[in-house]
Amino acid sequence: MAKITFDGIEVEVPDGTTILNAARKIGGSVVPPAMCYYTPLKGSGGKCRACLVRVAAGSAKDPRPMPKLVASCITTVQDGMVVENTTSQQVMDVRKGIVEMLLINHPLDCPVCDQAGECDLQNFAYEHGVSTTRYEEERRTFEKIDIGPYVQLHMTRCILCYRCVYTADQLTDGRVHGVLGRGDASEIGTYIENTISNDFSGNVIDVCPVGALTDKTFRFKQRVWFTKPVNAHRDCGHEKCTGHVTLWYKGKDVLRVTARKDEYGEVKEWICNECRFEKKETADWTIEGPAHIDRSSVISANHYELPVINPQVIADLPESTVRELEQNPPLKLGGPNGTSF
Amino acid sequence: MGRKLLTEHVNVEGIETFAVYRKHGGYRAVEKALKMTPEEVVEEVKKSGLRGRGGAGFPTGMKWSFLAKPEGVPRYLVCNADESEPGTFKDRYLMSKLPHLLIEGMIAGSYALGARTSYIYIRGELLYVLRILEKAIAEAYAAGFLGENIQGSGYSLDLHVHPGGGAYICGEETALLESLEGKRGNPRNKPPFPAVQGLYARPTVVNNVESIAAVVPILNMGGDEYAKIGIGKSTGTKLISACGHLNKPGIYEIELGVPVEEFIYSDEYCGGIWKGRELKAVVAGGSSVPILPKELILKTAAGENRLMTYESLSDGGFVTGTMLGSGGFIAMDETTCIVKNTWNFSRFYHHESCGQCSPCREGTGWLEKVLHRLEHGHGSMHDIDLVVSVAKQIEGNTICPLGEAAAWPVAAAVRHFRDEFEWHVTHPKEATQPGAVYRGNLVMA
Repeated sequence: MAKITFDGIEVEVPDGTTILNAARKIGGSVVPPAMCYYTPLKGSGGKCRACLVRVAAGSAKDPRPMPKLVASCITTVQDGMVVENTTSQQVMDVRKGIVEMLLINHPLDCPVCDQAGECDLQNFAYEHGVSTTRYEEERRTFEKIDIGPYVQLHMTRCILCYRCVYTADQLTDGRVHGVLGRGDASEIGTYIENTISNDFSGNVIDVCPVGALTDKTFRFKQRVWFTKPVNAHRDCGHEKCTGHVTLWYKGKDVLRVTARKDEYGEVKEWICNECRFEKKETADWTIEGPAHIDRSSVISANHYELPVINPQVIADLPESTVRELEQNPPLKLGGPNGTSF
Repeated sequence: MGRKLLTEHVNVEGIETFAVYRKHGGYRAVEKALKMTPEEVVEEVKKSGLRGRGGAGFPTGMKWSFLAKPEGVPRYLVCNADESEPGTFKDRYLMSKLPHLLIEGMIAGSYALGARTSYIYIRGELLYVLRILEKAIAEAYAAGFLGENIQGSGYSLDLHVHPGGGAYICGEETALLESLEGKRGNPRNKPPFPAVQGLYARPTVVNNVESIAAVVPILNMGGDEYAKIGIGKSTGTKLISACGHLNKPGIYEIELGVPVEEFIYSDEYCGGIWKGRELKAVVAGGSSVPILPKELILKTAAGENRLMTYESLSDGGFVTGTMLGSGGFIAMDETTCIVKNTWNFSRFYHHESCGQCSPCREGTGWLEKVLHRLEHGHGSMHDIDLVVSVAKQIEGNTICPLGEAAAWPVAAAVRHFRDEFEWHVTHPKEATQPGAVYRGNLVMA
């Protein structure tokens, strides 16, 4: 076990845990944003640089600070490590820069983008970005390519997080798409316009943090904030498919089926294309009840939850640290009952 | 006249063949190494104080001693011959003229590290060098210096040469390993470092061509003897590829510690600036290191003479110093437009960024576009601060050092030649005339 101090809050995590997952154990708004890291996908992370944090002390053995900011999603904790995220002005400034970089070539076409309302980049830009841009040059655009009947690719919106590539690599039997080209001319594509037709390929839609990969069967049907998410399951015959989904209703109609995401937008239970694209009748499913709506989702308008620090972590903190946090809160902390420090 | 340890026999007729190379004392270092234990060879390299010749200057012996040695697991030595930094062309020369020197160094190094298979990853464009190396490797196999049971010592080694696909980023050690594994040449996140998990997730050492070649004279003369050459922590000799506005551009093997002024102006080396012109600026270690104006390259900010050593060139950090880097010495005379030059460097880094991490992917393109505007007379004063700010946003926040390589030249150019950038903004008409150069308040066509 390793004990680390993250933004002044001590937490104990198993050896080998990454800084980001240690922060997620604490919960609340101390958690660094992540645009490319995806827990179930091996090898993901380290690319978007959104989760950079400052390591003020490397470990109890070697308490020197790390010379550069490190990507919290791929850096493992050491016992006695001290990490600064929201308490470091340097980190906040760098994050502003990262938002600015990501928004250079990501078009702000949220009004016509299907991902609007559930887009990681929107949340990231809202929390860390600035409202103006300093970029005056021409922006990158791509010829549209057709990659099959189910998945719509908008390459201009892609932020090259590689999640869909890892998904296709690790989940399906044969990856036919990948990153072509180099630098800011890189693009997600299928070599010589293949079709992505694997029966698990729909999962790339769920992992995409922006609107680069969207569901063709749901395109332009409805704004996500007018829909109602309901958890459901069915006994799917596919060996890899869990059959656990979220149905997105408008009135009585199932407009869209997605896998279930946790509070960090990660899918732990993958579903097959049949469940996702073919089963759009209530009769196909066993309804479990309304899905929990994440606090960052636009659907939770007027039902906001405060970001809550894990009560278990607070219980383990020494009294003096709790008092310190009450007097100088590094951020708005929500107590177990929604009461702020 | 300085000692030549690497290029002593470079002009001997037929030195690229095994027979001639052997006649001039070739493969003695391997014979010597095979009589020592691997640890003793590493110790010898440590004693020599040899520092990585690829640019970072990390002590080679120390790097070798960091190699993890789990039981029953193969280890690899990989030679980084993907030389593509603008201004650097020493490895290409060394390999094409003295292929056996590199092969000899590879055998000695592989033996020291306990590698049974080693690779030379060569830049794809150097096809003719690849042919030379392949021929030399075949000769070494035939002579029993490669393959099973080398010279009856019981040690076996296979050496492969692998051409890259022509990407600058594949010169970064982890991207090189990815490329060697047949994947897209994207740098890996560190840790794990290659010494623990490198090629095929096995312990690997990646060394520059010149670093590996230097192992040969180190073993021949002994580490202590080698360490006597040079100054302080910069020991031995270094190949400098000098280019630009010099009377005698070319590749020089210098003993580390030669004063920069002597290197530029003495007849033994570059012979001064061509056409009797004035020196304006120097990029001392390949295009990625900060550019310095004449007054700061010849003398440090404290007024001491600058020497061709790792320490002396980096005296003053990134404010008034630069780096020895890979030894790509680019001299620019008074007719050089620094803005155009900086834009040109930026074009290169924009073109070569792998696109994996956001600051570098987007930032290098942004830098290039703004510098293009400045150079072509469409910039504003705000743009000058903008490029510095963007460079700062890239630096230190990327996966690999390409981000820094793109940011440093820009930041340094603005720091030392800001008036020239401002002149491009205030006098767009004059600045865009062909051949127009800013010289104080004068325009020289």
